[in-house]
Amino acid sequence: MHAAVIVFPGSNCDRDLAVALKAAGAKVSMVWHKDTSLPDGVDLIAIPGGFSFGDYLRCGAIAANSPICRAVVAHGEKGGYVLGICNGFQVLTETGLLPGALLRNAGLKYICRPVGLRVETTDSPYTARYSDGQEITIPIAHHDGNYHCDADTLAQLRGENRVAFRYVDTPNGALDDIAGILSPNRRVLGMMPHPERMAEPAHGGTDGAPMFAGLVDDLVSA
Amino acid sequence: MKARVHIMLKTGVLDPQGEAVRHALGSLGFEGVNGVRQGKVIELDLADGATEAQVKEMCEKLLANTVIESYSVEMS
Repeated sequence: MHAAVIVFPGSNCDRDLAVALKAAGAKVSMVWHKDTSLPDGVDLIAIPGGFSFGDYLRCGAIAANSPICRAVVAHGEKGGYVLGICNGFQVLTETGLLPGALLRNAGLKYICRPVGLRVETTDSPYTARYSDGQEITIPIAHHDGNYHCDADTLAQLRGENRVAFRYVDTPNGALDDIAGILSPNRRVLGMMPHPERMAEPAHGGTDGAPMFAGLVDDLVSA
Repeated sequence: MKARVHIMLKTGVLDPQGEAVRHALGSLGFEGVNGVRQGKVIELDLADGATEAQVKEMCEKLLANTVIESYSVEMS
């Protein structure tokens, strides 16, 4: 399984994400935002957390319009796997690959701490290694993680079972406690919490590791 | 020529920053402030001949996120 981790100016979780993917057995290429194409044979594009372009204009907005993102959108639109974590989730909503937007946290504060998440569906390569309703602990670190979408989109997300994770105790005001959502084909996942920061025992927990293991499983057998 | 773009969160989208400003005004003794909405203004210095339609396209593609924001354009 070959993963491409996209690196923007201001990305700061790119190396952590690469380490977590490699530990699960993936081959990883780092891809700079000014590149216009992806390495041959890429199965998964991973967009890391951080503060791409200093969060100027809106979080993820400049990154979503960078040269490499045209290739990211094309990969997602033809059915490729795309994972966006934290700022990566913000980038995916700005590209339109995922619906909705991430607003400023309701309490206005930047929040950096482990939170409880509930796995709401195991029907995706990202969540297949968890059990339905399983509660896991994954850190968040964001200022703009308050998920928002219109009522029709929310009804669609619920109806199609596309909410991947909900907060057990919502820290940021997110609509319907949403922490992560899937695309209609379940191959694009955006989530605010950082599974790559809870992927080996030295992190204080390994609740994030099954996501990477499940992803590699799925893509190796595909 | 210049264009001025006003961007605001759409009605119905909670604006926690505006709400914090409203509280601060109240604690300074300003009474009767029923609501505060905070937005942004972007000024563009454009080549002659630029049209409002072009600026609107810039808003749709980058300057505003129309999922959560509305915008208006003033040309001068």
